[in-house]
Amino acid sequence: MPDVLMPALSPTMEKGNLAKWLKKEGDTVKSGDVIAEIETDKATMEVEAVDEGTLGKILVPEGTADVAVNTPIATIIAEGESASAAPKAEAKSAAPATPTAPAEAKVADTKSAEAKPAAPAQPVVAADPDVPEGTAMVTMTMREALRDAMAEEMRRDDTVFVMGEEVAEYQGAYKVTQGLLQEFGARRVIDTPITEHGFAGLGVGAALAGLKPVVEFMTFNFAMQAIDQIINSAAKTLYMSGGQMGCSIVFRGPNGAAARVAAQHSQDYSAWYSHIPGLKVVAPSNAADAKGLLKAAIRDPNPVIFLENEILYGQSAPVPQLADYVLPIGKARIVRPGKDVTIVSWTIGMNYALKAAEELAKDGIDAEVIDLRTLRPLDTPTIIESVKKTGRAVTVEEGWQQSGVGAEIAARIMEQAFDYLDAPVARVSGKDVPMPYAANLEKLALPSVADVVNAAKAVCYR
Amino acid sequence: MATASKNKTNDAAVSSAAPASSGSIATFNKDQEVSAYRDMLLIRRFEEKAGQMYGMGLIGGFCHLYIGQEAVVVGMQMALKEGDQIITGYRDHGHMIACGMDPKGVMAELTGRRGGYSHGKGGSMHMFSVEKHFYGGHGIVAAQVPLGTGLAFANRYRGNDNVSVTYFGDGAANQGQVYESFNMAELWKLPAIYVIENNRYAMGTAVNRASAQTDFSKRGVSFNIPGDQVDGMDVRAVKAAGEKAVAWCRAGKGPYILEMMTYRYRGHSMSDPAKYRTREEVEKVRTGHDPIEQVRARILSSKMLTEDEIKKIDAEIRDRVNEASEFATNDPEPDPSELYTDVYRETV
Ligand SMILES: Cc1ncc(C[n+]2csc(CCOP(=O)(O)OP(=O)(O)O)c2C)c(N)n1
Ligand SMILES: [Mg+2]
Repeated sequence: MPDVLMPALSPTMEKGNLAKWLKKEGDTVKSGDVIAEIETDKATMEVEAVDEGTLGKILVPEGTADVAVNTPIATIIAEGESASAAPKAEAKSAAPATPTAPAEAKVADTKSAEAKPAAPAQPVVAADPDVPEGTAMVTMTMREALRDAMAEEMRRDDTVFVMGEEVAEYQGAYKVTQGLLQEFGARRVIDTPITEHGFAGLGVGAALAGLKPVVEFMTFNFAMQAIDQIINSAAKTLYMSGGQMGCSIVFRGPNGAAARVAAQHSQDYSAWYSHIPGLKVVAPSNAADAKGLLKAAIRDPNPVIFLENEILYGQSAPVPQLADYVLPIGKARIVRPGKDVTIVSWTIGMNYALKAAEELAKDGIDAEVIDLRTLRPLDTPTIIESVKKTGRAVTVEEGWQQSGVGAEIAARIMEQAFDYLDAPVARVSGKDVPMPYAANLEKLALPSVADVVNAAKAVCYR
Repeated sequence: MATASKNKTNDAAVSSAAPASSGSIATFNKDQEVSAYRDMLLIRRFEEKAGQMYGMGLIGGFCHLYIGQEAVVVGMQMALKEGDQIITGYRDHGHMIACGMDPKGVMAELTGRRGGYSHGKGGSMHMFSVEKHFYGGHGIVAAQVPLGTGLAFANRYRGNDNVSVTYFGDGAANQGQVYESFNMAELWKLPAIYVIENNRYAMGTAVNRASAQTDFSKRGVSFNIPGDQVDGMDVRAVKAAGEKAVAWCRAGKGPYILEMMTYRYRGHSMSDPAKYRTREEVEKVRTGHDPIEQVRARILSSKMLTEDEIKKIDAEIRDRVNEASEFATNDPEPDPSELYTDVYRETV
């Protein structure tokens, strides 16, 4: 003999009022008959019978307030059953999912669900591969290194293709895709219309189907048009499909302030993308890292946001001349060892950090400089080990402070190395304003070497 | 439906700059010819000066010149009335000057000085004037299209009979938000005029390499928005088309699309490889279809003004532009304290 249970009007409803019975005990009910009305402060709803038979006993009289969801409110006697053969136990066994004392059972349920899984441990990332002794180093710009990385991966794997605005015939708005059309043809180097949301989504679709797109945004400012596809489609599909369907895709392009292009074209998205589980975020500071990490990003089976920087494109650095130079994603690098203070930065922030370290050395402060290279997954152990040694830390980023990458680093240091700290972590960042156009204001809005030096001295109490 | 436009070939400028215009051509009296001449020439000279000043390092970042397209904004402006709103993208200097904004304030914004329209904070791509109903100046391709639709919405909401004019490029016309806007504008019969400035290229991409339907006047067809293709090099044709669209909108019939067939003489911004088109192509439009030369020739051949009188106008305009560049060169940079102002309005 099935019970009629107090229904929920919405997923968040916990209780309601039984406003009215429309059937009396002994009435025949067919499935779909409205038998009662219930209400909450937000809505009213009709309760329909699911089972056929006779309304047996009304367990909750009309006018009762605060009836918990799932409380039996009446019984229905199926044809041939007698009202006296009523006990609830039977009803329960007929509907095993319905717990005896719903309210209590619910509590118990939540409790048992609270057996929390442990968050995965910090992954162990391999160190950079050894560069064999005697390997020739070629000096090249970051622009060339990125191009070479794409070209090598395209030679290696026919599913890799490059797509974006002006990437083919124009050779790239910042000339990063120079020569790719000539070598790989229009099938694999594709000029798109100015439709970021469209082509980012198309890229994700192609990646779900097994291709490996490298999607260039002319700058990451324009990726805001496409950010829904990046986050809702690229980052989450693997999880939502229970691991069935992921996407191997790289979104790359210049990020952060260029020069004198004002607020809508000068923004650092490091913190934005590094917030998102399901994405990897890479932000190299030099040509060698750019090459090794872009190759890794293209091979990675996950969506990778690859943040470049227009000002760094023209900077040259030695790159090992190896057939296949691939660097691990998720590994920071200690660029300059030191013992007095840890300076953590990435991409263009490294320019400020390294110059500041030189200035500090003149004042007898020996700074250790860490280049994060990857923002997600963040190489926390490297930072923590360094802070345990120096007892002081300064983060440097062009983005804003609130909810920034520096804020995250400071929190992790506080959580994992609190007892080693001799001073609060200091953050150097872009000022909390949209980027101004005027030359003097722009300079003030950006972090400077002096800001880093001052912050480092401050945490050293000097 | 008034999509009477003819299908044109894609071989660029020659046909593009002088399309068989579907619309009529307004007859201009002497005052109109001369005023159109002045307004277009002011934009041309202003832009040439801006280009020079960029070369001297006085202007930074991006600087998108409007040279070649002057008839579009000047003709449209002649069809508008006080209170009608204007909004465009980053190629905006011409629009501001056509709206009656002061060339001094525009140039000083280009140099990032305190006397600029945004006090030096916005630069070339981001300028605004509440007084002249100029709503920017937007750096993100096509972002102005929903905004312009919102301006039209505000007119409908208030029950006034103003229209908004939203300018965007052939490249911008492929962004999704354009079509979201079209749908709402027609659904709610908003007084929105969409002026697509088809200058044949989006950066280095010719229209036929980016667009499945290169007749942009037809881009409203599936929303039932009428559209005309207009010779955007002839200021009279622009004005006539503008008047038709304005009348449609003011009558409460909803939005209207005007595709202006025009041409940009200069590079996309200041650095431009110029490899995507031939020099001859540019030259052909310059010599055959220049919007300013056309008016000048008519003024002279109809003897509305003498050669000397025209020269006098030219000199006056040069003076105005020089004055603007001098102001923009000597005006001080914003006070450093301005860094933190204007992020929020004070709450009351
Ligand atoms: C969303 C977005 N994507 C890309 C850009 C870079 N960009 C600036 S202008 C431009 C070309 C636009 O061409 P079109 O709409 O034809 O206007 P025109 O420059 O010809 O006036 C591009 C790709 C941008 N500013 N915003
Ligand atoms: Mg264009």
